[in-house]
Amino acid sequence: MTTAEKPVLPVARTCPFAPPEEYTRMREDQALTQVSIPDGKHAWVVTRHEDARRVLNDRRFSSNRFHPGYPFLVEGGNPFRGSQARPMISMDAAEHSAARKSVLGEFTVKRVDALRPRIQEIVDGLIDDMLSIGGEVDLVDMLSLPVPSLVICELLGVPYEDHDFFQGNTRKFASRDNVEEERHAAVGRLRSYLSDLVTAKEADPGDDLLGRQIVKLRAEGTYEHEALVSLAFSLLVAGHETTANMISLGTVALLENPDQLAKIQADPGRTLPAIEELLRYFTIVDAVTARVATEDVEISGTTIRAGDGVVVLGYPANWDPDVFASPERLDLERGARHHVAFGFGPHQCLGQNLARAELQIVFDTLFRRIPTLKLAKPVDDLAFKDEAAIYGLYQLPVTW
Amino acid sequence: MKIIADTGKCVGAGQCVLTEPELFDQSEDDGTVIVLNDKPEGELVEKAREAVNVCPSQALSLQE
Ligand code: SF4
Repeated sequence: MTTAEKPVLPVARTCPFAPPEEYTRMREDQALTQVSIPDGKHAWVVTRHEDARRVLNDRRFSSNRFHPGYPFLVEGGNPFRGSQARPMISMDAAEHSAARKSVLGEFTVKRVDALRPRIQEIVDGLIDDMLSIGGEVDLVDMLSLPVPSLVICELLGVPYEDHDFFQGNTRKFASRDNVEEERHAAVGRLRSYLSDLVTAKEADPGDDLLGRQIVKLRAEGTYEHEALVSLAFSLLVAGHETTANMISLGTVALLENPDQLAKIQADPGRTLPAIEELLRYFTIVDAVTARVATEDVEISGTTIRAGDGVVVLGYPANWDPDVFASPERLDLERGARHHVAFGFGPHQCLGQNLARAELQIVFDTLFRRIPTLKLAKPVDDLAFKDEAAIYGLYQLPVTW
Repeated sequence: MKIIADTGKCVGAGQCVLTEPELFDQSEDDGTVIVLNDKPEGELVEKAREAVNVCPSQALSLQE
């Protein structure tokens, strides 16, 4: 195959409810495909479920974004260049494991369960606001973005009087309506806010995630201001647009499948399994999981050479018919827990149980409190983020 | 059947706890797995198998 014939990544979505055909073709044709990526280099693409899980759990593949072979799918390469503390997402092996374990206690299933009443209050408050406005509202603006924003505030210990500043800026950085500079400015304001917040907590830690980390890391003698600011910012970014987009997309999917929605409403025990299926079905971060081989590794008969970049595409893996029968069918009762929408292996999403709790509370509450909720526009007219690294909706006009 | 957990490999995703809280818990300290009952019987055997399958880091295995 010549370079010119190699498929080019990333591929934009064309149908809101199906992966690009290119992905499906790659998965059907061969286990591994060589592609061209934006910086002109080549990378291997993994599209099958079994291979995806294998690569992501194989420590011979590195997450190090500073390795020259690491494949970036965005123009401009490594977004972490120049940052002062290396982010956890870019670490490997023992270093990664230590960093992750240091904060993991904050994200256990039990810890997240303890946050539920507070998440419920947040969601109820936002739905009260929606109901008081009435008419037609943008669900992205009124619910999808504020939920993760306010939950992160709670977790990080952002003081109540700063909520509006914090939420306003997270909204700006996550929105398309703002020009590039405004988004950058919002990120700058959030970074400096978080740095000040960490400084304040250094003097008076308090009982929140950041405060507890300060106390714990100081006791271990490993505390660093910049590293904690970087962690706070990573949590903010990672938990934001992802959850927001799943709230919007999940709402559309549920409204478009009223029979299945009715089953969930009749039995809240079905919501969690339904969320796993929604995560599989949309796989909103399909193209961001990449690795670089640190030695020669054979995957399904092909040798990946040391230094080669590998992109694991979660979307085709989650639509692999060998694992999920009739993957194009949204089946909220299929039991889709082995999807790779949160990644797999040592880097699997740290905040996944928090995301699950947010989604569960939102869907249960939204459809209970506004049973007549409906789209204000046909699905075909909605503004889906076809080209974005994180798939979702720019706006979601609803009425009831 | 016996459940073996390798806390060195565990990445604390809590998938095991979500599968069966009667069998698994997570340490408050570093989030790693705690096996509450390593000799499941009856219905719990299936749950243990499911937990092994969904664990993202192959930290869990079964000794048949
Ligand atoms: S599912 Fe695996 S990685 Fe996650 S907490 Fe349980 S044993 Fe650890």
